[in-house]
Amino acid sequence: MNEHVRLDTSPHVSDEVRKTTCYMCACRCGINVHLRDDGTGTGKKKIRYIEGNNDHPVNRGVLCAKGSAGIMQHYSPARLRKPLKRVGERGEGKFEEIEWDEALGIATGWLGDVRKSDPKKLAFFTGRDQSQSFTGWWAQQFGTPNFAAHGGFCSVNMAAAGIYTFGGAFWEFGSPDWKHTELFMLFGVAEDHDSNPIKLGLAELKRRGKKTIAINPVRTGYNAVADEWVGITPGTDGLFVLALVHELLKAGKVDVDYLIRYTNAPWLVVHAPGTAEHGLFARDADQKPLVIDRRTGKASPYSAQGVKPDLRGEIQLEDGRVARPAFHLLTDKYLDEGYAADQVSERTGVSADQIRSIAAQLAEAAFEKEIVIDRPWTDMKGERHEKMIGRPVAMHAMRGISAHSNGFQTCRSIHLLQILLGSIDCPGGFRYKPPYPRPVHAQPAPHGGGEPGKPLAGPQLGFMRSPQGLLLEEDGVTPQRIDKAYSWDAPMSSHGLMHMVIANAHARDPYGVDVLFMYMANMSWNSSMNTAGVMKMLTDKDENGDYIIPKLIYSDAYSSEMVAFADLVLPDTTYLERHDAISLLDRPISEPEAVCDAIRWPVLEPDRDVRGFQSVLIDLGARLGLPGMTNEDGTAKFKDYADYIQNHQRKPGIGPLAGWRGEDGSKTGRGEPNADQLQAYIDNGGFSQTHVPEEALYYKFANKAWQDFAVDMGIQDGPVECVFQLYLEPMAQFRLCAQGLAEPKTPDTHKQRILDCFDPLPDWYAPFEGEGIETSEYPFHALTQRPAAMYHSWGSQNAWLRQIHGHNPMYVPGDICDAVGLKTGDWAWVTSHHGKIKVPVQRMDAVNGKTMWTWNAIGKRKGAWALSDGAPEAEKGFLLNHLIHELLPPKSDGMRWSNSDPITGQAAWFDLRVNIEKAEAGEAESLPQFPAQDGPVPDGADGPLRYGAGWLKEFMTR
Amino acid sequence: MTMLPDRQPGAKALGLVIDLDTCVGCHACVVNCKQWNTAGYGAPLSDTEPYGDDPSGAWLNRVHSFEVTPADAPAQIVHFPKSCLHCEDAPCVTVCPTGASYKRAEDGIVLVDEDMCIGCGLCAWACPYGAREIDPVEQVMKKCTLCVDRIYNDNIPEEDRVPACVKTCPAEARHFGDLADPTSDVSMLVAERGGMDLMPEQGTKPVNKYLPPRPKAISDMAPLPAIAEPKADGGVLGWLDRALDRL
Repeated sequence: MNEHVRLDTSPHVSDEVRKTTCYMCACRCGINVHLRDDGTGTGKKKIRYIEGNNDHPVNRGVLCAKGSAGIMQHYSPARLRKPLKRVGERGEGKFEEIEWDEALGIATGWLGDVRKSDPKKLAFFTGRDQSQSFTGWWAQQFGTPNFAAHGGFCSVNMAAAGIYTFGGAFWEFGSPDWKHTELFMLFGVAEDHDSNPIKLGLAELKRRGKKTIAINPVRTGYNAVADEWVGITPGTDGLFVLALVHELLKAGKVDVDYLIRYTNAPWLVVHAPGTAEHGLFARDADQKPLVIDRRTGKASPYSAQGVKPDLRGEIQLEDGRVARPAFHLLTDKYLDEGYAADQVSERTGVSADQIRSIAAQLAEAAFEKEIVIDRPWTDMKGERHEKMIGRPVAMHAMRGISAHSNGFQTCRSIHLLQILLGSIDCPGGFRYKPPYPRPVHAQPAPHGGGEPGKPLAGPQLGFMRSPQGLLLEEDGVTPQRIDKAYSWDAPMSSHGLMHMVIANAHARDPYGVDVLFMYMANMSWNSSMNTAGVMKMLTDKDENGDYIIPKLIYSDAYSSEMVAFADLVLPDTTYLERHDAISLLDRPISEPEAVCDAIRWPVLEPDRDVRGFQSVLIDLGARLGLPGMTNEDGTAKFKDYADYIQNHQRKPGIGPLAGWRGEDGSKTGRGEPNADQLQAYIDNGGFSQTHVPEEALYYKFANKAWQDFAVDMGIQDGPVECVFQLYLEPMAQFRLCAQGLAEPKTPDTHKQRILDCFDPLPDWYAPFEGEGIETSEYPFHALTQRPAAMYHSWGSQNAWLRQIHGHNPMYVPGDICDAVGLKTGDWAWVTSHHGKIKVPVQRMDAVNGKTMWTWNAIGKRKGAWALSDGAPEAEKGFLLNHLIHELLPPKSDGMRWSNSDPITGQAAWFDLRVNIEKAEAGEAESLPQFPAQDGPVPDGADGPLRYGAGWLKEFMTR
Repeated sequence: MTMLPDRQPGAKALGLVIDLDTCVGCHACVVNCKQWNTAGYGAPLSDTEPYGDDPSGAWLNRVHSFEVTPADAPAQIVHFPKSCLHCEDAPCVTVCPTGASYKRAEDGIVLVDEDMCIGCGLCAWACPYGAREIDPVEQVMKKCTLCVDRIYNDNIPEEDRVPACVKTCPAEARHFGDLADPTSDVSMLVAERGGMDLMPEQGTKPVNKYLPPRPKAISDMAPLPAIAEPKADGGVLGWLDRALDRL
């Protein structure tokens, strides 16, 4: 009956394929954008299909749900169309469209006034910005100390703990050695950085039959396929890890040779309580840390020729002080029975047997399954090694570790575990991605200050070396920065504290700002703690009837919740209409075996009056006469961002992109600007890739071949020594300040907290929120996770993705459901010390029994994102953010601390404690609700979507 | 009533092998399928109220997540992607009153000839797997085509001539090939991993196979023996001394 059907199995797909970089999340995969004539006879091209680029180092041809829905993001009805000037009250969303000249004129006027008078009155914070090396440089030229991106509320604990400890980091700056590892531990990872590489890696482990242990309160996603699940209680990962350390030390299962060669384990720590040297390293006259030389029993510089450092013992130095190797202190600390498996079991929710079993598995993988690669290499001291020895245990961690007030110390604990096993950057271990390793002394220090009309002396963000570098006013107490980064509140806050900017500016503490300038940061909704409070802060007025935060410029591509609060909106392009540099100066896309960077380029031209934000910044920079963006005659130095990407030099020969440098494009890393550089990237599929020499593939922290290559590539200007800092001396310095033994002296308010939390050895303390409340009133934990098929709030405008995650139930453990009388489909009130929300309930058992959770950023304000007012995102979706305050509950003295890690300032989202009760019958609507915002764009079409109908052909012909 | 083709010697049985041990439930296959097929074979895969109160549309592939609680282990989640299984005895074909629903003799792919489809929905009713969806706008039956317009397509590179869901799967949980050939990669994978039919009691003889999740358990490796009593000087530090001597 069907013989008559003929089918074209080889239809035309597309007219052209343009290769660029995805931006549907932070992963930055390579994509092939297929374009095809739209069939209307106008010659216009439309996207036929977006697929992964097979040659791309990040995703190797695969593409996730988000990336595959890029068409719907690109054609979203929520796209802004033209610059906007507010005409209603803030938050209403009433705007008039204006021309770019007027918009840029207004912005130049506001910014110019600030720069002339007091540049710190500009707070410039960019959210999910992938051009921070540029936006930071722009802010530096402007002269404000108040710049940061979203790292402070995302993952600074990972970045800071990693850089301070071993000059690398989880996050996206390293990767498990998927090809060689025997055992993989994954801590607190949902769909975090970086998603496709982790999935590809897990697939490789499955193929090779190697084991994954997932540590996560929630057993979904990667944790669902892991071979062993540790359903840990939130905020206790550090205790669990230190129990593993206890077991390993007790059994002598540590790599002593590795510790002596590559870490500060042998360095001598002065034991002189009550003096300004206590806890600091003993150093010689050249400031070289000392070790005990086992050959002589005497103190010797750690780097002296032939020295054989001891890891234990005690020595009296020439000046009479007593000192012990850091490792001696370390064993004393972690062999304490308080870290024994039986002791930590109840608190962590992990059985003592499972803890001991995992310790045994780690030891077996590291020491019984040692990997030997026959590849000679030479270390930085000149010693040749015939083989590369691997301890094949790999680890990765992300937000579940990061977003706690003890996250820095917890992440340090994981790095301690890796280093004790000898598994950093060895075969089978956790590997650096170039340009890392880059330890603190090779990183910039943070710069404050800010003088009228002048650029800042250096970058705002960097790594604090010692308390002397804090960014304080002359009183030694008042923070220089609006977010109080690098102050006593958060001394090592390497990414700033974006979550505190609006609250502090509203409280005029430490001062008020004049212009708040933000990019891609949905601060009036899902990117803030205490969302309703932030909305009020943005709309509060002073006694004169003026907004307390006087001027707010915002750039976004879409009609987000934050747009409604802006005074001036600079409409950005979609990711397919813009230039970008995924730069080695910032957050590159390198793989352990290759130095990589990439571009975005306009594979489609905007059909609206919008401009790429970075090009707008270039324009504003020229209008403001900022150095680096203006020629001597006052004209603009760069036409747009593309021009900047090709021609800007951070220092001679070093620019945003490493590939095809030099006038003829023949140089890599270092070289003069090349007028055809972007075209060379386009011709190569949107990225560049330079392979690391074989001899430099492992042990990069001590590898001479890596050092030579890194210098050649312009990654660094000379050899950089990277000794792993198990014992972190700056922490000891802060403690001395808190004891009043060193300058600058810690204010009384902050002393105890620094003494409690700044242990120079990785430590665990209970998350703050649980300590500040009556836990019997809030006995449970509540978390969010990012779904694999939705990124941030951007996804909800996406016609396809919102069919997968249109609303977000609260997943409540069965035990809690039974205790409280809840079942799937019920509504419940969830309360915290700060707020109360009404949510739909779904029962779940594959979760830590004390922990409820929901998907992140699904809930929407009515009127935003071009969705109907009755959209499920607004009616049933909800934000956990309403329960989380940016401040902790008051202490007995009335003092309220920021809800952040006391070391790095990382927002402690996951410290949240809650209670839950069944909600009365009523309307099936999540609460709180807010008045609908007017959209600057109309709601999306009601009519059906028939994407691709224009190409409908007679597939089947009879 | 539509006839199934006689099975020809040497005919292929193309299908998918889906690894439930590896699938992380990320929906990449779901969305990439929608994207490819809305502008590919037949009429678009339409969506109603795309930005409204009740967004809904036609999809050829969906992922369901189930919670399973084994007797002796904690509850776990299994992600279960589901699309047409291209059954050998496809009840959706034999039930079709117009001949629109058919199974190709040469490779076993089950397709809907949309020109002939009257949207009666009998096939969706007959399919025990719920793998067919009527398009809410086009009012024709939609189902997985195994990307029949990719796998033989001379206009795309040879390495990409696999279904969109297979190419895009980041966890490499989806495999495509000829399950009639016992020496094919997919057949060998099925043999090695104990690949299973979905609901074999239905007698549909599905071509697609599922690889079962490997057992997961809390490990019970014996604890590490302590080298000595902690803190006693001859203990860990004594061991350390000996370890350093050996270097």
